[in-house]
Parts: sequence; C-alpha cells; structure tokens
Amino acid sequence: MSVPARTLRPTPGQTVGPFFAYGVAYERMNQVVDPYAPGAVLLGGTVFDGAGEPVPDAFVEIFGADPDGVVPRSRGAFRRDDHTFTGFGRAFTNDDGRYEFFTRAPGAAPGRAAFFAAIVYARGLPDKLHTRIYLPDDAAALAADPFLATLDAGERATLVASRAADDQLHHDIRLQGERETVFLAF
Amino acid sequence: MTASTTVAPESLLAAPDRASQTEITAEIGERHADLARREWAGESIRATVHDFPPYRSSLLRHPTKNLKLVDPETIELLSPAFGQRDVAAVESDLTVQHAGEPLGERMTVRGRLTDSWGRPLANQLIEIWQANSAGRYIHQRDQHPAPLDPNFTGAGRAVTNDAGEYAFTTIKPGPYPWKNHVNAWRPAHIHFSVFGSSFTQRLVTQMYFPGDPLFALDPIFNTIWRPKDRESLIGVYDHDLTSPEWATGYRFDIVVDGPDATWFENESE
Repeated sequence: MSVPARTLRPTPGQTVGPFFAYGVAYERMNQVVDPYAPGAVLLGGTVFDGAGEPVPDAFVEIFGADPDGVVPRSRGAFRRDDHTFTGFGRAFTNDDGRYEFFTRAPGAAPGRAAFFAAIVYARGLPDKLHTRIYLPDDAAALAADPFLATLDAGERATLVASRAADDQLHHDIRLQGERETVFLAF
Repeated sequence: MTASTTVAPESLLAAPDRASQTEITAEIGERHADLARREWAGESIRATVHDFPPYRSSLLRHPTKNLKLVDPETIELLSPAFGQRDVAAVESDLTVQHAGEPLGERMTVRGRLTDSWGRPLANQLIEIWQANSAGRYIHQRDQHPAPLDPNFTGAGRAVTNDAGEYAFTTIKPGPYPWKNHVNAWRPAHIHFSVFGSSFTQRLVTQMYFPGDPLFALDPIFNTIWRPKDRESLIGVYDHDLTSPEWATGYRFDIVVDGPDATWFENESE
C-alpha cells in the first residue's frame, strides 16, 4: 500500500520560551511509575549548552515501551493512578540543569536495541529536538541495532545511557558542542 | 517536582551585546536571504531553523550538526493516549479559574487538529499558556512591571473531540517586553503544546494575532523563515465565532507533520 501525498502544510514549531513551567506542569509528571514501585528505575542527567553550562530552563519528555517491549496504549499519563503504565513522562530541569524520571526500563522491539523516545525543549531552542536514550545493558543488541550501526562511536555514545549507583540510569543531553547529542529527524 | 523550577530573575537573561532593533532587524533580513539562497541551491531547510543568531539565547542552545534521519520505530509512531478523564472541562476556560473575572478582551480560540493528510486527530491533548492582557506572565521569573491579574493564571488544557476540534475561552494577551536586544517586544501570542497520534508529531508552537506591528521585529517569530509558514501561526479573526456581547472569536487550525509511516498508524485507529 502506498502513502498518498501530504496535502496540508504542517504548522511550524516555536520555542517554549522562558515561562512554560506554569503552562505545562502537572502533578507527578516525571513519575511514569511510582518511585517506590517494584522495578522502578531512576533515569536522570543534565542538559548542557554549547559552553558546557547546565540549562536550567529546559524540559524533557520520554515515551517508552513496557519491559516486554509493548507500547503502552493506556490513558492517564496526565492523571496518574499508581497502577496504569502509560510510558509517558515530562521533567523540567532544575537550577543545576538536571532532569529526573522514575520509570521502567523499556523492552526492545525485535532485532533492535531498547530505548526511550525523548524530546527536548528549552528557552533559546527555536524548536523541539527528538533523540533516543538507549539502555546500556545489552551490548549485543546495541552492536546489532541497525540505526546505531550508522553512527560513529562518538555519536553512538551520546545516545546510550550509563549505569550509575543503585542501578540508576544516567544520561546527559548536550544541545551543542564537541559531544553534541545526536538529534533525530523522521 | 514543579516547585523546584528555577526562579532566577529575568534580568539575568539579557543578551550581553545589547543590540539595537535596527541591528536585529537587519540580521533577520540577512539570515532569511541566506536561507532562501541555500534552499535555491538545493539544500533542504526546516520550516523553523535552529541556528538563528538574531534570537540571542539560541546561540549556545542549538545543535550545529545535521539531524540524523531515522526510520521511526513503533514507540515513535504511537503517542501517549488521552481521554476526557485526563482534563476537566473547566480547564479550557481560562476566565473562570478564579473568584472574579479577569480584565481584558475576552476571546475564544477554536480550531481543528489534523495530520498532514487532513485527517482529524481525535482525543489529543492541547495545552496552552500565555501572558495576561497587560503582557505579564504569572511566572516568578517575569519581572515586567505590568500588573498581575489576580483573576488570571493563563494556563489551560483541552482534549480534541471526535472531529479533532478544540476550543478555549481566554483573555487576549498583551505584547510583552524582553531582553533579547534594546527595546525588544514580543508580538502578543498564546503558546500551544500539541500531541499528535504519533510521538514524531509532537508540536510546541505559538499562535499570534492578525495585523501585529511587531511581526517583522521579532526574532522568535522569524526563526520561521518562510513568510507562508509564519502566516500559518497567525490566528484568523472569524466573526462567525464571535459571540454577541460576550467574546471575540479566532480560528487557529493546527496541522501536525509526521513521516509517511504515520499514515498507516492513523489508518489503523
């Protein structure tokens, strides 16, 4: 089946500006799962600018599969009920540029390495940026992933989280600079 | 979580070079001409450019490498699911969130959310935030010496109906001064955050108002370099949406883009 031509011009994006906090905040938005739920994992890191300074007015969104690799279709990402897994979370960076999510480690799609889909927004960033945050644990899957295989080692490193203390996942995002995160177009 | 947001005063956000409006306007013109030349030469250029120096706070915050084209996986072709239980109906009326009525011009904005093929996107979340009628945001960081309105917060949410339609009642925001350059003013705008049926379609944008004299002067509006694309962010005054002795009416239709693969995803739902 072929895809017909697109007929409408897409609405272009704009920066979130400096004052998004009161507009897009909601309760427990970074708790994709309850922090004390079995299997909860802390995914956190710092958003940096091109001078290596933390970005305190950014936010990150993630959308991830459940541990079996199934994409959640349940409602309730904006009204947490403590038992429905929606896979979606939103985290503002704090004054140190750090974002944190409590979530589950996603399972992989067949033949692919497991990752969180992620989007970054910030004051000073004219439009959203898509990226991925891959889990570091399955070296064979990472090596075999068809997208990661198109990247050089330096680029690949910007997309793979690391394991910090207590099995936390650590992942910094660099908007610009030598180790600039690989951002995606679809 | 939300309490930990930064509260540095906005004066810290001033661009150090303190350029004049004349200089910024000239930079915008040069940049647009350069992008037009590059597109003419065959380069594919995004509707919103990340590298846009007249918007000074973007200098260290935009990627310098080309985005990597990737085949979306299932997680990126789907999106968080929403339903009416995710937002209360009252959240779409920004004029009833306090004890009294906010000051300013009451207005409604309504429109239809579709994909690039014109198919309506039902049950998608739209979040908005904006300044009050005096051009002041409730955010602690906004130090603009215009009055806060105790009856106006300026944030709202709605979920699109089966026809992809949404509607908000609010107060028309005022223009807003900032420190990108000397005497910098943003055209009046409402921020929109939109979910499509695919995570790739996620959109954050701003809706503007017809005839604003600040359009040509504003580096943020002009990060969208094609006139036709900028026009699509200007709400359309529609007298049929205006209600007698109550509120003026604007239409703002939103089209989310997505790779061809999203055509199949929407087909199946």
